[in-house]
Amino acid sequence: MSNRVVITGLGVAAPNGVGIPAFTEALRTGTSGIRHDPQLAELQFSCQIAGKPQVSEELQLQYLDPLELRNFNSNGILYGLIAGIDAWKDAGLQPTVGPDPDWDSGIIFGAGSSGLDKLREAIYKVDALQVRRLGSTVVPQTMASGISAWLGGKLGLGNQVTTNSSACTTGAESVMMAFERIKNGQAKRMIAGSTSDAGPYIWGGFDALKVCTYKHNDTPTQGSRPMSASANGFVPGSGAGALLLESLDSALERGATIYAEILGGHVNSGGQRGDGTMTAPNSVAVQRCITQAMVQAGITGRDIDAINGHLTATSKDSLEIENWSKALGRAGKEFPYINALKGMIGHCLSGSGSIELVAAVLQLKEGFLFPNINCEDLHPEISAIIDEACVPRELINVNLNIIAKASFGFGDVNACVILKKYING
Amino acid sequence: MDKETLIAELKAIVKPYAKDEEALANINENTDFINDLKINSANLVDVILDVEEKYNIVIDNESMEKMVNVKSAIEIIEAKVA
Repeated sequence: MSNRVVITGLGVAAPNGVGIPAFTEALRTGTSGIRHDPQLAELQFSCQIAGKPQVSEELQLQYLDPLELRNFNSNGILYGLIAGIDAWKDAGLQPTVGPDPDWDSGIIFGAGSSGLDKLREAIYKVDALQVRRLGSTVVPQTMASGISAWLGGKLGLGNQVTTNSSACTTGAESVMMAFERIKNGQAKRMIAGSTSDAGPYIWGGFDALKVCTYKHNDTPTQGSRPMSASANGFVPGSGAGALLLESLDSALERGATIYAEILGGHVNSGGQRGDGTMTAPNSVAVQRCITQAMVQAGITGRDIDAINGHLTATSKDSLEIENWSKALGRAGKEFPYINALKGMIGHCLSGSGSIELVAAVLQLKEGFLFPNINCEDLHPEISAIIDEACVPRELINVNLNIIAKASFGFGDVNACVILKKYING
Repeated sequence: MDKETLIAELKAIVKPYAKDEEALANINENTDFINDLKINSANLVDVILDVEEKYNIVIDNESMEKMVNVKSAIEIIEAKVA
């Protein structure tokens, strides 16, 4: 059994837009979601700017009831709930009513960590000999699978409900895992997504690794500069994205709106061999991931109209371009369009892949390429490989057929997803 | 403290957790927290913490196990406050 798999719903909680309409508008206009963060300044971080979804109390109450919000302190779960529930509803589906769950629908919703702020509260209480005063709320908010468990309960889904974790590859990986499950006939619908907590306790480790920019504390919207000569580190971000994957048969049967088809993809690791380490990619594995994704999708490098890169605004951006160029066998003017969402939202870590996939799908569906903001000065190592025109600095309205999206993560792990515009049949 | 007052105070404490509004409106000595008020069993520990805070008492593990309805809650609170 091999089903075709399509995307019929989207949801997002991104630093530059919460909800699909606001996010789409931000993409088109190149609106940055990077702001000065007073808490990071107070804590003397090198990087004092960050990307956080703006979620009002009123909006929270649309996803969590007042009891659930009592002692709630896990922003990653909040972002994931917004994205996941929105994707489900966007697909024209409702939460299950009655005693039986929906056996045909499941969730693969990744996370890098869960409820770090909540965990911090708990640690302080435990160390103060107050373990009995933790109450009932610590476990559901700090278990790694917290987000998939909360979503599963909200929607009443009875197929596989789990959380994957593979650093910054997480979101692309969750889509590939859900894709396989539907393709193999084990589920009709899967919410595939990922989320990342916001705040100093998740970002501190990256600040210490000196991989974040420290040069833009007074100019936050210019801080995240993928592919730029003046890029000097990523801006930490947070948020969640979700895609409702569905078998083509089920989507057609329901008369659902189809955003795009997933032709295939690939997930692999460089094994921290060759050039690969815990924090650096093995280029052989990156290229192999892209070429194997094309093989599964049944396409060649020539078929790709646009790339949504991983492109974090570190020194690795040039290497990523080189890897794409080699894997696709295309360079100079022959290279496809490429853009990097991190210029607008920073690096949303475990949430990044999903938010960026949502952006890629919106580009296919609506026929546009969002601008690469803060890339006025394309890095010379990049312009030596591909033509300047491949890196749009302004919005381009263009009909796209195939977009390749890749994400790479610590641990030397890679994922690549091939998306195609869906035209009836 | 008379029973009426205690029940009224308990009612305010369990209100955020109670899923059955009718049972909450008719709360009395025989009301069971889980079966009648439909409080999630995990939330019972939160009810107990809220009771401790309200009356400035500490409820030990044995008493906690017994505190599943209004009657036992009143007994435990009265014993501790006295």
